[in-house]
Amino acid sequence: MIEAHNIVKTFTEGVPITVLKGINLVIKTGEFVSIIGPSGAGKSTLLYQLSLLDQFTSGKIIIDDINVETLSDDERINFRLNYLGFIFQDHALLPELTAIENVAVPLLMLGMSKKEAYSKALQALAKLGLDQRKNNLPSQLSGGEKQRVSIARAIVNKPKILFADEPTASLDSERSLDVMEALLQLNQEGQTIVMVTHESEYAQMTHRIVKIADGQVVDDILVPHKK
Amino acid sequence: MKSDKAYKNTSTLSTTLSLGYFLASRQLRRTSFWTTGLIVFIMTLTFLNLVVINGILVGLIVGSSNAYRAQYSADILIASRTEKVHIEKTQQITSIIETLPDVVSYTPRYLVGGKIQSDYKKTRKPDILADEAGAQVAGIDPEKEDAVTGLSHLLKFGEYLTEKDTDSILIGKSLLSQYSQGDFAGTGTVDGVQVGSRVLLKIGDVTHEVTVKGVLGSKIDTVDRRIFMTSRELVRLIGRDEANADEIAVKIRPGVTPEKVKADLVKSGVSQWALVQTWEESQGSFFKQITQTFSALGSMIGLIGLAVASITIFIVIFINAVTRKRYIGILKGIGIRPAAIEFSYILISLFYATVGTLIGLGLLYFFLKPFFDVHPIDFPFSDGILVAEPLETGIRVLLIMITTIIAGYIPARNIIKKNTLDSILGR
Repeated sequence: MIEAHNIVKTFTEGVPITVLKGINLVIKTGEFVSIIGPSGAGKSTLLYQLSLLDQFTSGKIIIDDINVETLSDDERINFRLNYLGFIFQDHALLPELTAIENVAVPLLMLGMSKKEAYSKALQALAKLGLDQRKNNLPSQLSGGEKQRVSIARAIVNKPKILFADEPTASLDSERSLDVMEALLQLNQEGQTIVMVTHESEYAQMTHRIVKIADGQVVDDILVPHKK
Repeated sequence: MKSDKAYKNTSTLSTTLSLGYFLASRQLRRTSFWTTGLIVFIMTLTFLNLVVINGILVGLIVGSSNAYRAQYSADILIASRTEKVHIEKTQQITSIIETLPDVVSYTPRYLVGGKIQSDYKKTRKPDILADEAGAQVAGIDPEKEDAVTGLSHLLKFGEYLTEKDTDSILIGKSLLSQYSQGDFAGTGTVDGVQVGSRVLLKIGDVTHEVTVKGVLGSKIDTVDRRIFMTSRELVRLIGRDEANADEIAVKIRPGVTPEKVKADLVKSGVSQWALVQTWEESQGSFFKQITQTFSALGSMIGLIGLAVASITIFIVIFINAVTRKRYIGILKGIGIRPAAIEFSYILISLFYATVGTLIGLGLLYFFLKPFFDVHPIDFPFSDGILVAEPLETGIRVLLIMITTIIAGYIPARNIIKKNTLDSILGR
């Protein structure tokens, strides 16, 4: 469970700008939450705070009873490795690593043997229908395939929470749907997912939609037809 | 509170190093061959710059020193004691030398100051100076001298002396203006003298017309400024007692140290009549000092090369890290420890340095050194060889590696320590 209490984020470089103005949000285990809002509303900034990629100015974030504010930089890196998964907007795969190597990297950092890491990475790729593409470099994969490899990398160490920053933004409709189906499948298996999107049709596919405007939560609705 | 396993570092050092190796090897494997080749080439040049320049500068002096030993002093040089004019009891000394099993050959030399004049047959105006050059006249046993210093092999023109020669001389090239590279000693040179020329030899009040039988050219100025004739003829000319030589050069068996033979000579009492020196001692401290000076000069040039190579590695890694800043951010974003990423960059730098150095070592020991040993560089005062002692080369290799690690680590560290999100977003 994620609890965000009165999160404020101010960028101090140049003219100070407060992007998040006291966000309060609770995300329960197993939920698939989408965060929507207009450009500049603070969606991605909120996601970066929740996923510990950035340091908020004030407030408190508690993830499964751990007050993340107290963690050092090294502890935040370890926390991300052990606890969180992240899907970036444009796949963010390492260009010199093959699909399976990209997915295996977090497992190798966890101390797994190469054989074990590759085996688990292959399972993750297979889950997303990419086991046949395991030895391809990112440059040899389509946009949708790259994003699915990115998802495989994010889930391979079985994170408690999966964050996705506009995972369909750079994909066409068909491939976007593939990615959404993959995320829905993961959620059905119990994966907590927090996704930022600007596409309402994909937000409608999640459990809950949190709408942000001008750095504040302006709406928080449950999507009726979802579990 | 939950278990701190969620945020405590569970990765061991070996995991970090192993992942660093994984990232480095993949990056190197899939980098352009030409890019890698160019960087390795620069590192090879750096290694050669560091080792070869220094080796040639030192080799210049070592070559000169070797020539001094081979062409003049031999392994042991016995000279007159400082308070004496000549070596006393030369015959007793040579008898002792002959009893030593480690001695291969020896040659006594009789030295006296003299002059040669080339235009003695011409009439000169009173204000015109005679065409003459000052020289040391060395009386030798031609066979013995040849056995010790190979003097006959130093002939540039003409023929070598025989014991029967009476009015023949060999003349060093530095005394002849057509071969001299400058009258640095200020003793003058003579014009137009060649093999077959008649010159007037003046030793004190004695003048004697002699024929130039041969012209000598060595790498030793002492030899090139001498006039050689048979010792029998020299002592006859100046009326000197043949018992008192001025130098005895002693050649010893290969594998025996000069120090050992010197000790034998001293033990036999030779040092009471003469100064016994190994070839190195006879050179004085000058050679050692100039070797150290050239070595320091070579090291300075090499260090400049090393600095340039360090900057090259720094720039290569910096550009690599800057262009991959986003991926570095992503790696940190997915929980990869900075130490693993830093280590990957150190390994990449070390790869360039190691491959460059190995190629350099191969070139050095399998091509350059054997080549220069067979074809020394023909300097006026030395047959320049390439000196590359394994220990010194090893130290320089170590220096390259340490510099490379630092040059690779610093730029990588600078990029890696940037804010993770800023790196990911390219800010």
